[in-house]
Amino acid sequence: MMNCKQATRLLSDGQERPLTVAERSSLKFHTLMCTSCRRFQGQMGTLRQLAQSYAKSQPDEPEN
Amino acid sequence: MSNPSSAFDPLGSVPEQPPAALACPVFLADLREQMLKFAVLQLADRSQAEDAVQEALEGALKNSAAFQRQAALKTWVFAILKHKITDALRRRHKADQAVTAVQLDDDEADDSRFDHKGRWQRGARPARWQQPEQSMEDAHFWRTFDACLNCLPALQARLFMMREFLELSSDEICAQEAITVSNLHVVLYRARLRLRDCLENNWFSEGT
Repeated sequence: MMNCKQATRLLSDGQERPLTVAERSSLKFHTLMCTSCRRFQGQMGTLRQLAQSYAKSQPDEPEN
Repeated sequence: MSNPSSAFDPLGSVPEQPPAALACPVFLADLREQMLKFAVLQLADRSQAEDAVQEALEGALKNSAAFQRQAALKTWVFAILKHKITDALRRRHKADQAVTAVQLDDDEADDSRFDHKGRWQRGARPARWQQPEQSMEDAHFWRTFDACLNCLPALQARLFMMREFLELSSDEICAQEAITVSNLHVVLYRARLRLRDCLENNWFSEGT
């Protein structure tokens, strides 16, 4: 059985590479039962969105 | 093996013509802004960061004819910028603090989130984030985000920015930074854990 530490690591790696079928299925099983990791999963996507908006944002305040 | 940029060049090369990637002011402004954020984060000094960005951009403009694609130009400009940053750090006699992949083991923080069986510790469990889309409209949120980024260890911050801001691929980053893919993934994982914690503690759980 996959634990939360392993699951979060895979959820991060999933942003970097396609996960294998085995990885995806044990992850799916884990997140089905684990609210914390399910939240973490959503937050990984949010984090990426936030970072990309941040990078593209223009400074909106004066420099002093 | 076609080269799309040369396919539309009926008059032959026109040296006065700026390359496609640099002819777009929006692209240039965005690029400059991304570079500046990157440099400020690495140097922790606004004016040094501005100098480094300026020098990198000038260097890039001189040789820009070779770059027709924006993505290629961007990768290259950032490679120059990284050298400028390294130089600036060295001048500050901080060369020995310059981050290297050797620092991979310095972060124990991710272990404290999980118990010995690898389950979330009670206090570390992710909470529900309320309406992140709305936060993006809020200037205060971006200040928090900025502060959280600045709290990351230098190597984590740099690799995270290369990956998420510059949207470089894992392979490109590994080539530039001379680290292995698996080391990169560990560092990104740690950066994400920390950023997630910081945002949750300082923004998403406020007032709940």
